[in-house]
Amino acid sequence: MSLIVSRDLVKTYRMGEMEVHALRGVSLEIAAGELVAVMGASGSGKSTLMNILGCLDAPTSGTYKLEGIDVSTLGESLLAEIRNSKIGFVFQNFNLIPRTTALENVQLPMFYRGISSHDQKALAVHALERVGLADRQRHHPAQLSGGQQQRVAIARALVTNPAIILADEPTGNLDSQASQEIMATLTTLNTEGITIILVTHEPDVARYARRTIMMKDGMILSDRSSKGMPSARVVPQEAGV
Amino acid sequence: MNFLLMTVLVAFRVLGRNRMRSALTMLGIIIGVGAVIAMVSIGEGAKAAVQAQIATFGTNVITILPGSMTVGGVWTGHGGAVTLTVTDVEELKKIPGVMYAGWAKRDAMQVVHENKNWFTTINGVSPDYLVIRGWSARNGEFYAQADMDTAAKVVLLGNTIVKNLFEPGEDPVGSTIRIKNMPFKVVGTLEAKGYDTRGTDQDDVVFIPFTTAERKVMGTKFLNSIGAGFLSAESPEQMPQIVDEVKRILRLRHKLRPAQEDDFTVRNQIDIAKVQEGTSESMKLLLLAVASISLLVGGIGIMNILLVSVTERTREIGIRMAVGAKRRHILLQFLVEAVVLSAMGGLIGVGLGVAGAKAASSIAGWPAIISADILVIAFGFSALVGVFFGLYPANKASRLNPIEALRYE
Repeated sequence: MSLIVSRDLVKTYRMGEMEVHALRGVSLEIAAGELVAVMGASGSGKSTLMNILGCLDAPTSGTYKLEGIDVSTLGESLLAEIRNSKIGFVFQNFNLIPRTTALENVQLPMFYRGISSHDQKALAVHALERVGLADRQRHHPAQLSGGQQQRVAIARALVTNPAIILADEPTGNLDSQASQEIMATLTTLNTEGITIILVTHEPDVARYARRTIMMKDGMILSDRSSKGMPSARVVPQEAGV
Repeated sequence: MNFLLMTVLVAFRVLGRNRMRSALTMLGIIIGVGAVIAMVSIGEGAKAAVQAQIATFGTNVITILPGSMTVGGVWTGHGGAVTLTVTDVEELKKIPGVMYAGWAKRDAMQVVHENKNWFTTINGVSPDYLVIRGWSARNGEFYAQADMDTAAKVVLLGNTIVKNLFEPGEDPVGSTIRIKNMPFKVVGTLEAKGYDTRGTDQDDVVFIPFTTAERKVMGTKFLNSIGAGFLSAESPEQMPQIVDEVKRILRLRHKLRPAQEDDFTVRNQIDIAKVQEGTSESMKLLLLAVASISLLVGGIGIMNILLVSVTERTREIGIRMAVGAKRRHILLQFLVEAVVLSAMGGLIGVGLGVAGAKAASSIAGWPAIISADILVIAFGFSALVGVFFGLYPANKASRLNPIEALRYE
């Protein structure tokens, strides 16, 4: 069964007089356990696709099924629940809440779920352990390096045990060393069974993925799978995984 | 519940981060609540003091004054006419609900004891008058009906007279004082009443039997005419009816035609109290206005700072929405911050107000009554202000588009 099934996704924005066609009919299927890279130049519609797949935005037309649920028709409140339980986000600029400890940042999704604070803490600690930051629980984002901040963000994304992690340019703000660590962390999580969709314009990053979707002008230009390559590129010794 | 508790904790932390800003924001509420509590407490104290003063006049007292008349174009003032008589008052005593009826006649005269003298008001009164006006004997006793009948030369002394005619510690009872060069035997001294609402010393007074005053001391043109009649009602509720009945009976007895004006004046003690209450009511309205304005200003301050906070934390709001916060979660978060701000301000204001009222009563000597009601109301209102003025910023925050909020720099 495919985790994600989208049919003819169209997204049109109005900007004053102009109509912007961000997506012009995107159909794709992603199976559970995949590591997919979505590539394309800016303006190609990859961010819009990401927002729709992440349930942050609704398509103008077309259907989107996540784990068999048609989410393109759901209201805001239910979308928030889906985001909370099935999706983890990793952003280019980390998007951690400032002046709040790593542990509390990781607890954030559970805060909106009514999990007891004791359990929240235990799960958050475990998630931080998985990304190798068990010793940084009490640090604020400002006290962490870019790579560490991104790993806190990854911990936050995976703490609810989501169906997919959406990573939007996760290495965009990182140096190459940290980038490699982050990609190693993500690929490791992928091998542990988490589906990851990676939005990037860097071919180096996309190479970690077994499948690459190229976008252009709101449509899928190509959808290629390259077997065998990513595992060869994994550099497990650096990342604390 | 858990969520709400956590939200409150988060709110405290967020506000704690900007201590100076939070404190300045609360200032409006603090000043508003503090001022109101201090002023209401002092106002209530003053009101109670006034009521205590009014009570010294006696309970449920109805006063009847003879009417005035115009002699050669000159108005003689209340009591200028000698239209009220002892028989009138004795008749009024029969009205249902009247407990006591008394009468009095007064004149200003000199009283002498040995080498000391004092100028005071001599009141010739019937024994019931003393009961109606709530006088009580400190030493000795009131004169009796027998003294009235014989026009005995006995006298009761007010506290001020005792202080001025006698040495400290000396017991006046049994001694003799002179009024109009006649010896009067002091049969009792009276408990002090203090000043009345107009600032008159109520203790600067001596009482002699009415008959004595009429026949021996003051003299009179018409026998039985009195300076004032006094009735006491069994309960305050009966007073309006009794007043109406008094008017009806007196008009009848004085044979007044319908077109003629009353030749007497009836005063109800409750009316006097009402005037006082009216004053404190308008004072209360004034306070309410001040409180509303300062709470309004405080509320606007909170709204202002929350709007700034929402803008500053746009990205945070986006993050929270991305990880699954619903709009109501965001709404609640900012609302709780507003309420925490205003409620803390209210709490501090309550503290300062109580301290201020206590300070005013201990330093300036104003009586302050701090009632729990006003504390609860003031605090409750400050919390409501938070809800009201927090609603707009909180709603604004909850309506942010998560995608745009996440991109906000």
